Amino acid sequence: MSTEQEKQVSDTLARLDAAASAGDVEAIRVEALGKAGWISALMKTLGKMTPEERQSEGPRIQGIRARVADAIEAKKTALEAAELEARLATETLDLTLPAPSVPKGSVHPVSQVMDELSEIFADLGFSVATGPEIEDDWYNFTALNMPESHPARAMHDTFYFGDNHRAPNGGKMLLRTHTSPVQIRTMIAEGAPLRIIAPGRVYRSDSDATHTPMFHQVEGLVIDRDIHLGHLKWTLETFLKAFFETDDIVLRLRPSYFPFTEPSVEVDVGFAIENGKRVLGGSGDAPGHGWMELLGSGMVNRRVIAFAGLDPDEWQGFAFGVGVDRLAMLKYGMDDLRAFFDGDARWLSHYGFSGLDQPTLSGGVGAKA
Amino acid sequence: MKFSLEWLKHFLETEATVEEIAAKLNAIGIEVEEIDDPAAKLAGFHVAEVLTAAPHPDADKLQVLTVNTGEGEPLQVVCGAPNARAGMKGVLGLAGAVVPANGMVLRKSAIRGVESNGMMCSVRELELGDEHDGIIELPADAPVGTAFADYHNASPIFDVAITPNRPDCMGVYGIARDLAAAGLGTLKPVTAPDIAAQAPCPVKIRTDDPEGCPAFYGRVITGVTNGPSPDWMQQRLIAAGQRPKSALVDITNYLMLAFGRPAHVYDLAMLTGPVVARRAVDGESVKALNEKSYTLDSSMTVIADDAGVHDIAGIMGGEHSAVQDGTTDVLLEIAYFDPEQIGVTGRKLGLATDARTRFERGVDPAFLDDGLAILTDLVLRLCGGTPSEVVRAGSPPNAPKVVAFDPAMTAKLGGVEVPAQEQKRILEALDFAVDAGWNVTCPLRRHDIEGPADLVEEVVRIYGIDNVASVALPRAEGVAKPTATPQQQLERRVRRAAAARGLNEAVTWSFLPVPDAEHFSASAPLWVLDNPISEDMKAMRPSLLPGLLAAAKRNADLGADSLRLFEVGRRYLRSADSSSAEHPTLAVLLAGEKTPRGWATGKATLFDAYDAKAEAEALLAEAGAPVANLQVMGEAGPQFHPGQSGTLRLGPKTVLARFGALHPATLATFDVDGPVVAVEMYLDAIPAKKGKSGFAKPHYAPPALQAVTRDFAFLVPAGLPAGDLLRAAKGADKVNIVDARVFDVFAGQGVPEGKKSVAVEVTLQPGEKSFKDDELKAISEAVVASAGKLGAELRG
Repeated sequence: MSTEQEKQVSDTLARLDAAASAGDVEAIRVEALGKAGWISALMKTLGKMTPEERQSEGPRIQGIRARVADAIEAKKTALEAAELEARLATETLDLTLPAPSVPKGSVHPVSQVMDELSEIFADLGFSVATGPEIEDDWYNFTALNMPESHPARAMHDTFYFGDNHRAPNGGKMLLRTHTSPVQIRTMIAEGAPLRIIAPGRVYRSDSDATHTPMFHQVEGLVIDRDIHLGHLKWTLETFLKAFFETDDIVLRLRPSYFPFTEPSVEVDVGFAIENGKRVLGGSGDAPGHGWMELLGSGMVNRRVIAFAGLDPDEWQGFAFGVGVDRLAMLKYGMDDLRAFFDGDARWLSHYGFSGLDQPTLSGGVGAKA
Repeated sequence: MKFSLEWLKHFLETEATVEEIAAKLNAIGIEVEEIDDPAAKLAGFHVAEVLTAAPHPDADKLQVLTVNTGEGEPLQVVCGAPNARAGMKGVLGLAGAVVPANGMVLRKSAIRGVESNGMMCSVRELELGDEHDGIIELPADAPVGTAFADYHNASPIFDVAITPNRPDCMGVYGIARDLAAAGLGTLKPVTAPDIAAQAPCPVKIRTDDPEGCPAFYGRVITGVTNGPSPDWMQQRLIAAGQRPKSALVDITNYLMLAFGRPAHVYDLAMLTGPVVARRAVDGESVKALNEKSYTLDSSMTVIADDAGVHDIAGIMGGEHSAVQDGTTDVLLEIAYFDPEQIGVTGRKLGLATDARTRFERGVDPAFLDDGLAILTDLVLRLCGGTPSEVVRAGSPPNAPKVVAFDPAMTAKLGGVEVPAQEQKRILEALDFAVDAGWNVTCPLRRHDIEGPADLVEEVVRIYGIDNVASVALPRAEGVAKPTATPQQQLERRVRRAAAARGLNEAVTWSFLPVPDAEHFSASAPLWVLDNPISEDMKAMRPSLLPGLLAAAKRNADLGADSLRLFEVGRRYLRSADSSSAEHPTLAVLLAGEKTPRGWATGKATLFDAYDAKAEAEALLAEAGAPVANLQVMGEAGPQFHPGQSGTLRLGPKTVLARFGALHPATLATFDVDGPVVAVEMYLDAIPAKKGKSGFAKPHYAPPALQAVTRDFAFLVPAGLPAGDLLRAAKGADKVNIVDARVFDVFAGQGVPEGKKSVAVEVTLQPGEKSFKDDELKAISEAVVASAGKLGAELRG
């Protein structure tokens, strides 16, 4: 290589190294590789050479060209990167500033618990049944073995509609005092065998710290040929263990009285007091423990089965009813029933559930706090 | 019902502890609500003797006593009671004791400069009665130093709930019988004393109302002396929550609480002529023992004489013939009243009494003569006097129920194997008679026994319901099917979708103030409660919006700037046949700020009708409604802003939802500041998915070729709904046009008066081949022509 060319190459590389802008690089490129550039001129000399000369000079000149071209490309890339970096530096955002907020919705605890119950009982083969909340007294009382004069009727604190609201059958219209009329309606509509739960709103003319005139109940009913008290006990145990997601649920059955069941059983659940709050678990007879009345249940009274059009000599079964709001409070820690129906957005956000907290058996039906 | 352990033990021989008794009561169906132990309350109080009493040097009404406590030196006690004197015995509370009546802790102190080491107590201070004129005076033989609780026989008190089917347990004896059957002790049988009548009965009695009063027995006792009843009786009555009145009254209460058997005592001097059970005459009135007058009607049974009504049968006695301190001759009444009729009368009069509770549930028809004998015996023992013969009118029901029982029923229904012999023992211990063929004759007092299931209950509760073992429900064969109906699944789905969209689910009352309900019911009749708990909860809601509006008001009052509420629940309407029509509904209410003021967005933005539309469409889509096919029409109802609301309809008639801004008048009615926008979605109007094809979706392969868009700027009449223009654009070529959307609406400068400019982007989807220029031109022309029919012209 001629020293002159060698110098030109090193000269070009040095200038490239010093170039501060894309324009400088372009100028150097034009000088070297442009149409009138010195490397382009060198390339043109190849055409006039003999094949032998070309064989030795060709690679050399190509080498010069490649070295310079590569250096230009590298410098360009480096300059672009620096330029980008400089631009990005001006684009810095304060990411401690708040992002646009997306409102967070919630599912009401009553709905959540009802979905949980549906899930648990679906696993036990129970369908979900519904019925009207504005009932007539035949379904709410008579068919449940509470005839007109029955003292238990008076104990129900019933809301009635006036005489201009008579039922098509002439009966008195009222707000159902329990979900039990759904038993009758479902037995009449679907016959036996039957396994249902019936969650919904119920009404009693009662209002204090622990009672609201509207609340929620879930009814359970199993009708088959050989269902007995032992099945009732198992079902309640299984349901409560699944609902509270603990095996440590101890039930105490107490004989009681409901007109629509015989035998009738009141069910208590053992609890302990922890930090002033009742926590379910353990036997109520254990030290520091107590029993809490949780639900009423029993074997469906023969008369009720007959009222519902089934043969009580063939079919028997059990029924139970439990307060949904109460279950929600016990599980999720609310302490004021009245707040359930206030629609206070702060309460709803705090005690509500994400729409994605869909209860599933595989994930556990409860939503952990 | 309350009773003391001491009273229970009067009927039951048992060594069981209070805890064991309580556990057994619960186990057999007599729920123990509370146990009160007065002995614990009386700790620190002792029998003491006053040795000396001297006037207080510095106070007129006080004395300084020295009191012998039975051990150590006598104590000095300052006392204000006028009856305190040397030699008397009383009850001394020592330092540290807590006065039951007021919770005061006694301590050594100086009273007006004189040291006092305790307190001599009154009856009221120890909660033993009302008396407080002086300190308790104990008999001279009271042993000094004895704990007063022991001396007083303070006995634990059980408070139990008796279920309405067991009136036979509304007396201590009945409870003792159940406990004995359950193995907790031995029943001490009560035998009615033989009363030797010493005179014919001077009063004639009869029943003219054999329906309401099938049996009326009585007897006169002359020459009685009324006065306070003895301590043992008073203690039992006080423990049971009854205030002792006079011996004659206390005796009837005692009979009721011991045997569940109400009876009545009349002052014979106040009666004239025969005493008759009859129906009241409409409008007849009586002044009852509670000093209130009751107007009666002919459905009610009364006990009356020639002068008038003396007793609302089975419920409450009359004031006129009530026994007094000076009463000398009495008529005892023990009757059997029809339970149903007592209930009806009691409800009509709004009169709840212990007697009614028992008669209404059914007293023992076999306990008239024995009850009368026990009553007579008590009167003779406590008040003296001369008994007449018993007179009887009518007879109580006396046909016992016989139930054909199969002991195998106990396992079949009760789920527990109880040996037949044990079942027989249990039934017999409860006074059922069991013959060889298991025909079970029920005692007359057990009105609750209807059939075999009731006997199973008797056996199981006495045998021990704890012995019922859990048995798993058999699992249904095969794969589980869905257990929720499509409607239920729809409700769950929209609920969770709404929550996921940032809305908070509320649960509001089903009942509303009538004006609020009327504001939301166009003309349909409402369900209005006859006996609401308050005027605010009177009419069943015809819409979910009033409840949410009331909640919005409460939230706003608490300072909320922004509210996103929804509810899934029923609207209550009336069907043509006046039965209940309850429609599952979802309502959304958005109030106040949609976005708060922000560093990036500037001022807060407020909700408007389009936000309501967005929620309606999104939730309808989640509900499976064909949102793209829905028409936006008017008539959202007068509760909505007439120009900023609409309905979403499937076809012209089926309204799936209404939405929009609420009318200012609605906001004024609910006292809420705007803007408030809302949606009401009718879940039962949404057509169910037709699942006939199963789970597979219709076939689809994404087109290989890119979609093309074409923009059109139209000048249209200002009143033309953009939706119509879009429909026209889409309809221009149903094969190639897959979408059309408005991307600009403008009126004003450059747009002629009465017109607006609407810019539409039309999306074209090529199939196998790309569109050729002339095809695109033809489609564009079709769009323009179709829009032209609505008066739209392409802007130049």
